[in-house]
Amino acid sequence: MAEAAAHDHDDHRPHGWVRWVYSTNHKDIGTLYLIFAIIAGIIGGALSVAIRMELQEPGIQIFSGLAQMVYGMQGDAAIDGGKSMYNAFGAAHGLIMIFFMVMPALIGGFANWMVPIMIGAPDMAFPRMNNISFWLLPPAFILLLCSMFVPSAPGAFGPGGGWTIYPPLSTSGQPGPALDLAILSIHIAGASSILGAINFITTIFNMRAPGMTLHKMPLFAWAVLITAFLLLLSLPVLAGAITMLLTDRNFGTAFFVPDQGGDPILFQHLFWFFGHPEVYILILPGFGIISHIVSTFSKKPVFGYLGMAYAMVAIGAVGFIVWAHHMYTTGLSLDTQRYFVFATMVIAVPTGVKIFSWIATMWGGSISFKPPMLWALGFIFLFTIGGVTGVQLANAGLDRSLHDTYFVIAHFHYVLSLGAVFAIFAGWYYWFPKMTGYMYSPVIANTHFWVTFVGVNLIFFPQHFLGLAGMPRRTVDYPDAFAGWNMVSSYGSYIAAVGVAIFLYGVFEAFQKKRVAGANPWGEGATTLEWQLPSPPPFHQWEQLPKIK
Amino acid sequence: MRKFLASAEFLAGAAASAVLFSSAAARADQPREWEVTFQAPATDMMRQIERFGNYTMWFIVPITILVLALLLVCIVRFRASANPVPSRTSHNTLIEVIWTVGPVIVLLLIAIPSFQLLTAQYTPPEEAKLTVKATGNQWNWDYEYQVDKSFSFNSAVLQDADRAKAGKEDRALYPRLLAVDNELVVPVNTTTRVLITATDVIHSFAVPSFGIKMDAVPGRTNETWFKAEKEGLYYGQCSQLCGKDHAFMPIAVRVVSDAQFKTWLETAKTDVPAANKALMAEIDGTNKVAAAGN
Repeated sequence: MAEAAAHDHDDHRPHGWVRWVYSTNHKDIGTLYLIFAIIAGIIGGALSVAIRMELQEPGIQIFSGLAQMVYGMQGDAAIDGGKSMYNAFGAAHGLIMIFFMVMPALIGGFANWMVPIMIGAPDMAFPRMNNISFWLLPPAFILLLCSMFVPSAPGAFGPGGGWTIYPPLSTSGQPGPALDLAILSIHIAGASSILGAINFITTIFNMRAPGMTLHKMPLFAWAVLITAFLLLLSLPVLAGAITMLLTDRNFGTAFFVPDQGGDPILFQHLFWFFGHPEVYILILPGFGIISHIVSTFSKKPVFGYLGMAYAMVAIGAVGFIVWAHHMYTTGLSLDTQRYFVFATMVIAVPTGVKIFSWIATMWGGSISFKPPMLWALGFIFLFTIGGVTGVQLANAGLDRSLHDTYFVIAHFHYVLSLGAVFAIFAGWYYWFPKMTGYMYSPVIANTHFWVTFVGVNLIFFPQHFLGLAGMPRRTVDYPDAFAGWNMVSSYGSYIAAVGVAIFLYGVFEAFQKKRVAGANPWGEGATTLEWQLPSPPPFHQWEQLPKIK
Repeated sequence: MRKFLASAEFLAGAAASAVLFSSAAARADQPREWEVTFQAPATDMMRQIERFGNYTMWFIVPITILVLALLLVCIVRFRASANPVPSRTSHNTLIEVIWTVGPVIVLLLIAIPSFQLLTAQYTPPEEAKLTVKATGNQWNWDYEYQVDKSFSFNSAVLQDADRAKAGKEDRALYPRLLAVDNELVVPVNTTTRVLITATDVIHSFAVPSFGIKMDAVPGRTNETWFKAEKEGLYYGQCSQLCGKDHAFMPIAVRVVSDAQFKTWLETAKTDVPAANKALMAEIDGTNKVAAAGN
């Protein structure tokens, strides 16, 4: 029977687990990435809720109990173990959200799904490499999760050095195997991303449909192309840095060991040479998604298309020469700081071009406020807030007071948690009908938006105040004067957690109700190629290449 | 200060302004409940940082409001029901030039005072009269006074059990997680150089009301300076994740009069606890006299 069907359709389409594990189909791999990102996002989000529960009141509330439960520690050992566990939660939250949630969702998920379709290609250039890019991620993630349960410093478990893993805290400070597992995890996740980046660059350069010049290419494809270059150029530097960390830890080298001629600050330079492009890696695909959504729901073409594309190129290029603005307090010389202040401020210009171009796209449009558009509007406003606090932080003189305080936490969560994550949800609600063929309930989607909007703003806006008042980052306990805003922030995180539950219910409801979405649920504004295909698209699309006028 | 307050409040949409204003006006040396601004400055440098921070607010708040206003106009005027036929405009060179050049001008206006501030931070007004070396350890600080007969002592978070013995039971003056056993003692109105290093992992020496923060990196010596203007007790915390007890290695600086400092220094060279005890007794005495005088 199955054989007959296969012969009838001749689609060579694998079925069952083979279809997913051996998949070379960009859409199936994209789906795998999205499922992976949702699972990782729930775990990473749960870690952050635990952090906020701890910080809801002064004192050590839950982590000594957690250490007792998880590690079987007792008495004072549980208190000490709890403090270290808090640090491990912070590190794991950051690493998971960056490497296992935002990047897989935006690049592995949406870009894998949509870039080949949008440029009129049947699949990615290297389908098998696409498969290995995805399947490297689960072992990387498992390594990171395992690292939470093995010793690091004496009496402590889990990699407790923040996602930035600065030595010597990540070398002599934590001799146990936890950091080794975390470093290997980052290594594998990085390799996965490099392979993905090579795949996207090759696909976009070589597989565009006839007539689709680079200057006619959809902005999401532009965004992914630039992101792929950033990945390709920055991740090897991280790989080098953490390899040196690994050999410092295990093989007696002393790259970062001061008393043997090494330099701990060298690691910070290498790390941030990757780390700063990384934040643009996280946000650029979101920029692309927002452009499509704003254009679709305003029923207008993107305003200033070329400006939008080259603004992203500029952001990506300048993003490589601003890294030391993360290091103003490490003792950089005055002239070094002057340069990095100047270069960092420059980035505000192309970013401003993007914000104003989105607004100009809406201007004169005929806007319908479907769920994706709500998320996009939320993105534009909240990203602006994160952007302007970024301009403040760029000034080394002012950063003296704000560096390593909650002001920085507030800033980068406004651009990432309220920026990149809002872009992910915008993309999700935009393309969900295309990917699944089902329409979700707009009521649930809107509720998800408003609950999340209130929640995340309650979490992060008060953190500006905490930072101004001087509350340092990454502390398990704080002076009692900081209690008020911390309580507000914690309540916000519970509301945001409810938002996640509503999101999951919305997905469940959509699959249960099976409302047929149709090829193009968004109407005349949706002009990119994916809307010319049925929903969900056929297993192999564009067997006849589309012609672009 | 007030401007900063007002704009921050605007963004928050927060009420309870009376509480905020009164708490900000109170004491000047440690974080306050529901604080929404910097701690009150205790050095001219921090006053400059605060002034520059307020100055940037004059740009970033209007920009944020402008973006919000434009979004609201789009939402109201160009919603599908109000504007069923969309325009097809996708280019306007003039407006694109404006929104590129506009931000450049704003950034220049921010950059000029920013560079002045940064330069000032690296240009002490005079040669330092006192040099102390702060060495970060997991999880406490060593302070070394580089005077004719240099001496050093350790400064760690004050344990609750030791409060009575140390005479530090006033939790308003000696707050939990900020108070230490032995404060760094410096004279008022004196440019003090701080050399900063660490023995194990990276720490960071920060005192918010002084406007200083400098990483303590093993194997190198960083330098910063401050000139405290008012006697009092000022608090900061380690500002670089340094392991388990990162939250529990505060920095406390006691700024005293020249005379008090000289007396303290003489005793401290041989007996730091005795010097601290005598200093605290004298400060308490002066305060009582001042209170009686009122």
